[in-house]
Amino acid sequence: MSESTAWLVIAVIGAGTFAFRFSGIRFFGARSMPEPLLRALRYVPAAVIAAIVAPAIVHGGPDPGFDTDNVRLFAGLIAAAVAWTSRSVLLILAAGMGSLWLIEWAL
Amino acid sequence: MLPGVVPFGMTAGIAAVEAGLEPALGLAMSVIIFAGASQLVVAQLIGEGALPLIVVLTALLINLRMVMYSASLAPHLGHLPLRWTAPLSYLLTDQAYAISITRFTYGRTHGPKQFFYIGAAFPIWAVWLIATAFGVWLGAAIPASWQVGFALPLVFLVLLVPVLRDRPSIIAALVGGGVAILAHEAPYHLGLTIGGLSGVASGVIAEMALKRRGENR
Repeated sequence: MSESTAWLVIAVIGAGTFAFRFSGIRFFGARSMPEPLLRALRYVPAAVIAAIVAPAIVHGGPDPGFDTDNVRLFAGLIAAAVAWTSRSVLLILAAGMGSLWLIEWAL
Repeated sequence: MLPGVVPFGMTAGIAAVEAGLEPALGLAMSVIIFAGASQLVVAQLIGEGALPLIVVLTALLINLRMVMYSASLAPHLGHLPLRWTAPLSYLLTDQAYAISITRFTYGRTHGPKQFFYIGAAFPIWAVWLIATAFGVWLGAAIPASWQVGFALPLVFLVLLVPVLRDRPSIIAALVGGGVAILAHEAPYHLGLTIGGLSGVASGVIAEMALKRRGENR
């Protein structure tokens, strides 16, 4: 992607995101929003975030796939276990990156 | 809340540099888009050479949740004039929403609600910019063997756990993640979009099925 295209992409995403942020406050209160839309929107965060996380862990590393060589699978599991009990970003980064480096170093 | 914004913002800055973006572009993303999750994915997709249209659509899908936040804040802030609602909208983030809606719904605010909202939202904006700038600067210095790209799913894990509130949302996440893994070789980097949409659909279906089962009992 050329640099000017990248700027354009970012400008369009910025404008669209602002429209999303503005639309609810300005045009409809929570009560007048169509119920099916509200219901679907409730599941956007869970579905989309999981769709980002899962492939990044399974297919993101130098040894992708469900393979015992894929260190990210193990480091990801450890980090997920920590994330389940703590909401500290620093702690989870430390657990995930730490176990990734530790396993790589040990092998 | 703010200590969590720092590593997240740094990761966004590092990701932008890792994807081969100009430092100015990495910083501009934080000002123009100002939504961490989408910035990380935009950087990743641009780095992988995805089509511009796909980058835009994926980012907008990720940010669609802002419509829900915005609508839910409307009863509290919607009566204000445009000179208020426009900047308030720009500052809307997951964190600012979570802090404000909790206070507006369950607590008491002293003085106008928009001041409480700005008190929560503006520091997040300022810290986010500084953290991305630091990440952009740092990203250029970190060797590739450290695999700092792995910080991306880690940061998202932190965001994932609190949104798994009930069975339909857990089902939405399992289907979204599972389908995205299966579809990771889908053309045009559509795997995330396909996974996300399947997850949303499964969540809605699961909610209706659970409700029906409850009614029959």
